[in-house]
Amino acid sequence: MTGLGFDTAHVLAGGLVLMSFVLLYQDRLFALLKIYALHAFVLSASVAWQAFVQNAPHLYATAAIALAFKAIAIPVALRHIIERLGIHREIETVVGIGPTMLAGMGLVALSMVVMLKVTPGATPLAREDLAFALAVVLLGLLVMTTRRNAVSQVVGFMSLENGLVLAATGAKGMPMVVEISFGFSVLIAFLVIGLFLFRIRERFDTVDVTALHRFRGEMS
Amino acid sequence: MTDLPFDAVAVLLWTPVAAALLLALIPNYRARAHLSTVASAVTLLAALALLAHRPPPGSFVLIDDLNIVFIVLGTFVGFTTSVFAANYLAHELETARLAPQHVRFYHALYQMLMFAMSLALISNNIGLMWVGVELATLITVVMVGLSRTHEALEAAWKYFILGSVGIGLALFGTILVYVAAEPAIGEGLPSMTWTVLAEHAMALDPALMSVAFVFLLLGYGTKVGLAPVHAWLPDAHAEGPTPVSAVLSGLLLNIALYALLRFKMLLAGNAAVLAPGPLMVTMGLGSAVFASFMLYRRRDIKRMFAYSSIEHMGIITFAFGMGGPIANFAALLHMTMHSLAKSGIFFAVGNIAQVKGTQRIADIGGLTVTHPWIGWSLVVGVIAIAGLPPLGIFTSEFLVLSSTFARAPLLALVLAAGLLIGLSALLLRLNTLAFGEPKGPIHAGHPSYAPMLAHFALVLGAGLYLPGPLVLWFQHVSGLLG
Repeated sequence: MTGLGFDTAHVLAGGLVLMSFVLLYQDRLFALLKIYALHAFVLSASVAWQAFVQNAPHLYATAAIALAFKAIAIPVALRHIIERLGIHREIETVVGIGPTMLAGMGLVALSMVVMLKVTPGATPLAREDLAFALAVVLLGLLVMTTRRNAVSQVVGFMSLENGLVLAATGAKGMPMVVEISFGFSVLIAFLVIGLFLFRIRERFDTVDVTALHRFRGEMS
Repeated sequence: MTDLPFDAVAVLLWTPVAAALLLALIPNYRARAHLSTVASAVTLLAALALLAHRPPPGSFVLIDDLNIVFIVLGTFVGFTTSVFAANYLAHELETARLAPQHVRFYHALYQMLMFAMSLALISNNIGLMWVGVELATLITVVMVGLSRTHEALEAAWKYFILGSVGIGLALFGTILVYVAAEPAIGEGLPSMTWTVLAEHAMALDPALMSVAFVFLLLGYGTKVGLAPVHAWLPDAHAEGPTPVSAVLSGLLLNIALYALLRFKMLLAGNAAVLAPGPLMVTMGLGSAVFASFMLYRRRDIKRMFAYSSIEHMGIITFAFGMGGPIANFAALLHMTMHSLAKSGIFFAVGNIAQVKGTQRIADIGGLTVTHPWIGWSLVVGVIAIAGLPPLGIFTSEFLVLSSTFARAPLLALVLAAGLLIGLSALLLRLNTLAFGEPKGPIHAGHPSYAPMLAHFALVLGAGLYLPGPLVLWFQHVSGLLG
């Protein structure tokens, strides 16, 4: 692999981690969506570059799905849902930006340490991709756990999923990547439709615990 | 070995798909219920045919001694559940607890679930297996939310989010397995094929495989319902329609467990990889003890048995984690018995909820007086699930405990304490449910006895006498598991 090919892949994958960090400290829903669209766009560019340097044309399909579906269609749909649910003015109470960012840095460090340590045999590109991908996955989990709003949880899940697609494209010659990214798109479409149909505003288990217990039939 | 006049694998896979397409078109409920039952019966027959004549492993299909246990068990529970569901849903429609449009696609979804289950079980490819599990998750999410009540939607959403994270982590683990295999086997499909991976188990990159297994354990473990990633399970069981609770406990948890076992077998073939046993033992034991305590304060009857499922999946994972011929044998037997007993209990609970019109434990009492068949079936079921003799689960729990006492007495003490705590919680509740003064209103209902009685008869039969060929077969599989 040429130096330029490797460096570009490195920058794009690193850009995805950076975007995950930016997602972490967004406290308005529309801003969160815009950053997510950017996240998906960087993923699409990264996958397209991988398709080019690995000479694997089928990965262009994955890049196209990421661009059309995740960077454009989903953010637009979610924007409509937020407007319909009337939660566009809401500012989310995140756990606190400082601790969240510190936790995020810890997770990125963890994924670097773990993945670089266990992959001395793999190609440098695959190593970097796996390490960055794990960081994106863990940051996605962090977004999901620190948010109360169902829409931002879905955004967290989608960023996690972008990390998985990055890992799958980094694994050289892995079959079924296109199918898997398509399958995930179906899953996300389900999530978004679910949000819309059932008007889910909040994550249920943190809203009001006593109400929740009544619903569960747990109160005597 | 393909002596069969037809391709049993094709029948197993494509009957449910064809049935699902037809079922989506049929407007009449009765016709749908009958067709769904017939399709499940055909699938069960195909599974039995596979038991008799196994085709050689292909590049996508693998039928071996391990997964045939899961296939036969799964299709059997699938068949009895479709028989139960026909009656149960008809009654829910009559009493207007479910509207016709809610159950319009129930049967089509159910058949697609059967397809997803078979796909996950017979695929010879780690990616295809993952697709099967993902499909099964999506379908069950829709089925849990079927009644569209606030509680059902909440349960479905929670299940969806946790299940998606679980399968996401499992996919990361799957990708890592591919990366670990690629240098030894080469690019492309062979590096994702179980049979090829198993042949090269020694050559897989040990460090990567270790990390991969952690992700797979967390990911598929979410679907097995292991603590601390079990939170979706009680809600999904309690709020979904009862036939869905029965297949969740009887089928879906087992599929995820099967996936874990396959990966454990890969790791067991390589001494340099981290030992998967201790991780599984820790999570299994934690789940079993935690769920035993959680059994006490339950107010909802389905929720209580959902926690009991967590307890038993914990015991099974614990036993597979301990490994060795006896513990593996016990775990396989326990898994089979638990599937049969727990889906049988959910059939009984479905009948109870219909004749009493409630799921609240406090409003149910004296069932053996008012409804002797259902009441005594519940007694047998709870005795079975609590692990008392002479039923099948006693045998397997006894084997788990005795083999653990021989190797790790401290762990066995903890497990025994958990089992006893769970046992007393279940018996405490059983006492008020089944005996004493009848409580609460009684509604007219047409309970379906056959599926419930068939399951309990099998569990009782296995407790009294295990046929020799079955023992030999399970022993052989236990040897394979290492």
